[in-house]
Amino acid sequence: MSTTTLAIEVNGVSKSYGSIKALDKVSLCVERGELFGLIGPDGAGKTTLFKILVTLLNADEGTAHVDGLDVVKDYKQIRARVGYMPGKFSLYPDLTIEENMEFFATLFGVTVEQNYDMVAPIYKQIEPFKNRRAGRLSGGMKQKLALSCALIHRPSVLFLDEPTTGVDAVSRSEFWDMLYSLKQQGLSIMVSTPYMDEASRCDRIALCNSGKVLDIDSPEHMVEKFGSPLYAIKSSNMFGLLKDLRSFDYVANCYTAGEYHHLLAGNGFDARQLVSDLENRGHTNVELKGIVPDIEDVFIKLLSNED
Amino acid sequence: MKTNDNKQQLIIQVQNLTKQFGAFTAVDHISFDVKRGEIFGFLGANGAGKTTAMRMLCGLSYPTSGSGSVAGFDVVKEGEKIKRHIGYMSQRFSLYDDLTVQENMELFGGIYGVKSSELRHRATSMLTRLDFLSEKDTLVGSLPLGWKQKLAFVVATIHRPEIVFLDEPTGGVDPITRRQFWEMIYEASSEGTTIFVTTHYMDEAEYCNRISMMVDGKIKALDTPGNLKKKYAAASMDEVFRTLARGAQRGD
Repeated sequence: MSTTTLAIEVNGVSKSYGSIKALDKVSLCVERGELFGLIGPDGAGKTTLFKILVTLLNADEGTAHVDGLDVVKDYKQIRARVGYMPGKFSLYPDLTIEENMEFFATLFGVTVEQNYDMVAPIYKQIEPFKNRRAGRLSGGMKQKLALSCALIHRPSVLFLDEPTTGVDAVSRSEFWDMLYSLKQQGLSIMVSTPYMDEASRCDRIALCNSGKVLDIDSPEHMVEKFGSPLYAIKSSNMFGLLKDLRSFDYVANCYTAGEYHHLLAGNGFDARQLVSDLENRGHTNVELKGIVPDIEDVFIKLLSNED
Repeated sequence: MKTNDNKQQLIIQVQNLTKQFGAFTAVDHISFDVKRGEIFGFLGANGAGKTTAMRMLCGLSYPTSGSGSVAGFDVVKEGEKIKRHIGYMSQRFSLYDDLTVQENMELFGGIYGVKSSELRHRATSMLTRLDFLSEKDTLVGSLPLGWKQKLAFVVATIHRPEIVFLDEPTGGVDPITRRQFWEMIYEASSEGTTIFVTTHYMDEAEYCNRISMMVDGKIKALDTPGNLKKKYAAASMDEVFRTLARGAQRGD
């Protein structure tokens, strides 16, 4: 048994598929009991990193440890200890809910009864339908079954690859509540998502893009160290406003953000001057206010710095 | 001729549109209008009936009952004509990976009956605007996802439809590309194209001029984002969505 306090440790891991660099010298670690988020768009390398950590794929270079065990040398032990929910639904559609559960329990040499307490909070929600085939379940129910199957052998580290993609905002929020209760039970969890608004549900996050990690920190800390004054602005002509704002030298960056555009102040920025410059260009109902950045603002700033 | 004027203004108008599959009512008497040039957000929880409703609006499926028109054609009788006069971009990337950028544009433009001389002219001007002309001979399969999505939008509008339906167009795309995508939408809208869009990103709902929210097959709310936030005393569309979707009986 290892004595390390780390649930996951990744050191300089790279992986290419032909000429495409899926992971480029990625390093990160996840503490025991931590809920860690990999946040980034498609093509960030999230799935590749998961596959390396659950020993389904070998890295080209670098080392990785899960629960103190080496992903190459100790792959068999790792497989017994991790729970993995891939991005694609991968249970048996022809088996019922109950049969799927029993199948996965048997694979790991346990019984559903034995570890019922582990899965109960989630499994109870779908148990009334236990004789229904998995292929005929709704998306939300499939998701709960997949999570139950990933937990039935009482793993110490849980890997969830985009569990909330394509799921509506309410169901997504409920799923995060479930993860939070699993974390309370001491599980270490690595979860990936393309939805930046989910970052705040994690203890720490890695923002990733095109195989690289842009930053790792707690979501609160990332916002604190943003470092530039950020404003929200709107007028009666939002598309024209965007074009006009980009023509001002004292605006460092400006992008759409829903009801308002977000604006990063540059050298010589003056709020009153800005409003009057806009009114001179015919904008009406101009509204400007200072705001606290969110994770998307952080991500955009990091990406802009990359270029 | 007030009614006629009204018709000119409305690119979608449906009354009591309903779709039943056996005993299941997927879409349950929905009635609403979309104005020309509007950016209209079509939201709802998984399983609320959005996809079924959208298929009827696009002429891909006929309603069980109800009436209405899209782009001037009858949703009950003229599905084929509707298809020819709208643009559609699905959430799943739908261009051909083993054709070049230019070839994809020519293929889809050709299907919609755009003449080849006109097509070449449009393709060049659209690619120039995107600063993408240098990639016209690149295979689409080798482009980054963000570019594919932008290109899919261009292809969906190559026949200059009056209205374009976008089904979760920005899923999985990075935040910068997502914003560039919305700028394309703004631009198309400012030129008079009507945009009908679904999304799971609640911040994107705020880009829309008006939003409808479907719950259990019915339209539960329809208004501007500002008015909806006021009505439900919510700080964001996310909160509005939660309030409205919480009572939902159906999952997907």
